[in-house]
Amino acid sequence: MDVRPRELAPISLTVNGNVHELEVEPRWLLCDVLRHQLGLTGTHVGCEHGVCGCCTVLIDGRPARSCLMFAVTADGADIRTVEGLARGDGKLHPLQTAFRRHHGLQCGFCTPGFLMAALPIYRRAGALSDDELREALGGQLCRCTGYVGIVAAVRAAAEIEAGDSAP
Amino acid sequence: MKPAPFAYHRPRTREEVDGLLAEFGGEAKILAGGQSLIPILNMRLAAPAHVIDINGLADELVEPALLGGTVTIGPLVRHAAAEGSQLTATALPLLAQALAYVAHPAIRSRGTVVGSIAHADPAAELPAAFAALEGEARVRSARGSRSIAAPDLFVSHLETSLEEDEWIEEVRLPVQGVRGSAVEEFARRHGDYALCGVVALAEPRAGSRIVLALAYIGMGPAPVRLELPELTASDVAGDALEDAVRTLAHEQLEPEDDIHASARYRRWLAERLGVRAARRAAGALEKH
Repeated sequence: MDVRPRELAPISLTVNGNVHELEVEPRWLLCDVLRHQLGLTGTHVGCEHGVCGCCTVLIDGRPARSCLMFAVTADGADIRTVEGLARGDGKLHPLQTAFRRHHGLQCGFCTPGFLMAALPIYRRAGALSDDELREALGGQLCRCTGYVGIVAAVRAAAEIEAGDSAP
Repeated sequence: MKPAPFAYHRPRTREEVDGLLAEFGGEAKILAGGQSLIPILNMRLAAPAHVIDINGLADELVEPALLGGTVTIGPLVRHAAAEGSQLTATALPLLAQALAYVAHPAIRSRGTVVGSIAHADPAAELPAAFAALEGEARVRSARGSRSIAAPDLFVSHLETSLEEDEWIEEVRLPVQGVRGSAVEEFARRHGDYALCGVVALAEPRAGSRIVLALAYIGMGPAPVRLELPELTASDVAGDALEDAVRTLAHEQLEPEDDIHASARYRRWLAERLGVRAARRAAGALEKH
């Protein structure tokens, strides 16, 4: 594929299970395409150089910075954003319930990034020490909570999920 | 900010990359993991006319591979894949130890090992690990290919000895074998660039003597492998190691002042972290 400056390139993104055929400039960041082309504004853009973690999404199952990836590079990828967490009927994902219960957020700007960074690990959080859990979340910055509530929320999520699925 | 416009190329083969670089050379940047390049583009510290995205290369290995006594790492091996690989754990513990200090999991899921080395940031962990392990970069262009040994690869901050039409297609690292290793660093925030870091490798010699090699992070324009004089185990435990590291830190390192720390403080860190890493590397040796 060769695309000239300011020309559009056709790509296909699977976002939260929906396939989208899009045309993007190669310089457009994945976070901006999610927000502006797809209207998925839950992914927040903070520092735009990979430090704050607010734009973290899952790319093929792994957390990654959507501000450090061009949408054109993500062509064909399977992406999950914070909009993919709560169910269609509005019932929160167990991680979201845990964040609400344990004061894992205040202003909420960093929350989508924290949720997506925690998503691949919350089910095994019980096997992680506090140091290991904080290491796994260490790429996300929160200026409100002081992190204690966030760590507690990630620890509690698996139990909330087990309660949800109990008969 | 957002990147300036560029022409975008997504080649399918290594030969196509050679062709694009032959045509656009100094006007082009290779995009692999993008975890260093894209911040630079976002901030418009660089505005290359051409970006060559190698993420579409077909049939590339996604994990390190063992060939002979050498671990070969292809251009699309992500940090996370190298860190989690069984081969790295058994053949190159130093690489796994260094990778654990590279930024954060969400960065390591995209960033590549070869990209970090090609970026040649003296404040980064992988160039230092590459220097300590005496790795070799396999470099290619439309004109042919060649190997560059670690001491000849890094020229200065973010500068390698590659020609404009060349790129690193693979990095080769000799297996660690009986050598013990350790990484130490001190950063203001975990995952941030270290104020000082050091990679240590301990090699046993005849007469239960030990040769220790250190490669520092963030202590000069390019990582350099520095060998300490041969020591005995009791030297390593005592003042002889302290003296050897102090001499090395004062004679061979070029720390700089900046807003984060003074050169004097960095040199003090280099002494303390050097001693600590050397002792841990030598300790790992005794377990063999």
